Amino acid sequence: MITPPSSAGLFSYVLGLADDALVSAQRLGWWISRAPQLEEDLALANIGLDQLGQARTLLTYAGEVEGAGRTEDDLAYLRDEREFRNVWLVERAQTDFGVAMARLLLFSAWQSELYAALAAGSDPTLAAIAGKAVKEVAYHLDHAAHWVVRLGDGTEESHARMQAALETEWPYVDELFGPVEGAVVDPAVLRPAVLTTVEAVLAEATLSVPQVARARGGGRHGLHTEELGYLLAEMQHLHRSHPGATW
Amino acid sequence: MSSFEDLLADDGRVEPRDEMPDDYRRTLVRQIAQHAHSEIIGMQPEGNWISRAPSLRRKAILMAKVQDEAGHGLYLYAAAETLGVDREDLLDQLHTGRQKYSSIFNYPTLTWADVGAIGWLVDGAAIVNQVPLCRCSYGPYARAMIRVCKEESFHQRQGFEILHTLSHGTPAQRAMAQDAVDRYWWPALMMFGPPDADSPHSEQSMAWGIKRFSNDELRQRFIDMTVPQAEALGLTLPDPELRWNADRGHYDSGPIDFTELFEVIKGNGPCNAQRMAHRVRAHEDGAWVREAASAYAAKHAARTREGAA
Repeated sequence: MITPPSSAGLFSYVLGLADDALVSAQRLGWWISRAPQLEEDLALANIGLDQLGQARTLLTYAGEVEGAGRTEDDLAYLRDEREFRNVWLVERAQTDFGVAMARLLLFSAWQSELYAALAAGSDPTLAAIAGKAVKEVAYHLDHAAHWVVRLGDGTEESHARMQAALETEWPYVDELFGPVEGAVVDPAVLRPAVLTTVEAVLAEATLSVPQVARARGGGRHGLHTEELGYLLAEMQHLHRSHPGATW
Repeated sequence: MSSFEDLLADDGRVEPRDEMPDDYRRTLVRQIAQHAHSEIIGMQPEGNWISRAPSLRRKAILMAKVQDEAGHGLYLYAAAETLGVDREDLLDQLHTGRQKYSSIFNYPTLTWADVGAIGWLVDGAAIVNQVPLCRCSYGPYARAMIRVCKEESFHQRQGFEILHTLSHGTPAQRAMAQDAVDRYWWPALMMFGPPDADSPHSEQSMAWGIKRFSNDELRQRFIDMTVPQAEALGLTLPDPELRWNADRGHYDSGPIDFTELFEVIKGNGPCNAQRMAHRVRAHEDGAWVREAASAYAAKHAARTREGAA
C-alpha cells in the first residue's frame, strides 16, 4: 500500500505534468503557418490545442490541490523559470521538422503510458483528466510515428536528417523516468513500455536507437536549460505588463 | 454553350464536369486561388500573437482560429482543383507573385488588440463579402463558402468579445483597443475593392453569377452593420464624416484614400515583403519533408505491387 502523497507533493507532481503539456504546446504553436504543408499546419495546431487543453485542466487541478486560490493563468503567467517543473525534452526550441517529430514521438509515447496509468490510478481527478487525454495522445503518437517512418524510410537526405534529429532528442529521454516528488504513477515503471513503442517505430523507419549520453536534466526540481527563460519571457510578457487586468 | 447559359438563367449551379467558357473557368481559378492564398497568408498576422496571448483561454481560442484558417485554405484549394489546376502550381504562383492575396494581411499586428480588430473588422468584412458567395454559380466554391462563413461568424464574435473586454478594462487596455480600431478601420473598408467605377472585373463576374453585389454595395452594408457595433463597444470609428442619413437609410461616410490600397497591392504595404518571405521560407524549409513523403509513398506502392504480383 502506497501512502497517498502530501498535498504539497501532489501539487508539485501535477504541476510538472501541466508544465510539460503547456511548454510543449507553446513550442508547437510556432509551427502554425510554418509547416511543410497545409495539412500539417492543421495537425500541429490540433495537437498543440490538445496539449494546451491538458495543461489547463492540470493547472486548474494543481491550483485546487494547493488551496491558495491560484488559477490556471496565475500558475502559467506568474511563475518564474525556477518554479517551472517541466522536463527538458519539451522546452528547447524546435524549428526543424525532423526534430519536432522525433520529440513528439518520444513525448507522446511517454504521455500515452503515463495517462493510461493515471486513468487507472488512485487519484480520481487525475484519472478523469487522463481518461480524456489518453485518447488525444493516441492520435499524437500515431501522427508522429507516421512521420518518423516516412522521413526515416523516405529519401537519403530525410533518413540522415531524421537520424540526426533523434540523436538531438534522445539525451532527454531519461529524465522522463526519473524519480518525482508526489508521484501518483512511479515514472520508472513506464520505461519498458515507452521504449518498446518507440523502438518498434524506429525499426520500421530503418533508424537506429541513438547511443548518446543523457542530458543532465533537473526540470522537475526547477533547474532548466537557458532556453526556458526566453520562452517564458515571450509567453508571460503581455499578461505581466497589465497586473490584475482581465482578458 | 447553351447549357451553361441556361444554368445561369435558372440560377442553377455549374458543376466541375459541366461545360463552361474558358474565361469563366479562368476567372474562378483566379478568384478562388486568391481567396485560398488569403487564408494561408492570413495565418501569419494572427499567428504572431499565439505565443503571447494574455490568457490560456485566449491562446486556445486563437490557436483554434488560426487552425480554422488553414482548414479554409484546404477547402478552397480543393475547390480550385475541381477546375483542373493543382495546389502545388497555385502555391508556386503565390510564391512568385503571379497570384495575389488580400491586401489586408499586409498590415502588422502590433498589439493584442489587433487580434480583436482583425476578428471584428476584417472577418466582419470578409463575411459581408463571402455570404453572397454561398450562392455563387460555381457549385464547389459555393459549398466551400457555406462552411467558411459559419466559422467566420464565430471568428467575428470572438474578435468583438476581445475588444469588448479591452474597452471595458483598464485605461491602457481601452487605449489599446481604440488604437487597433483606428489602424484597421480604413484597411477593412478597402477589403471590398476599388469603387464600382474602377473595378475592372466586376461587371463580367456579376453576369456570370460569381458576384452578386457591387463593391460599393457591400462596403455600405458593412458600414451599416458595424457602426452600431462600435457604439456597443464604446469605441470610435476614425471617420469624422460618419453619420446616419435618414433619407438614404444608410450611414454616410468620408472619402476613402484608395491610393493607399493601390500602393499595398503594388507591394508597398508595411508587411508585403515579410509575409511573402515567411511563406516562401516555410515552403522551402519543408521541401525535404514533402520529397520524403512522396518517396516513401512511391516505395510503399512499389512494394505493394510486388507483393501482389
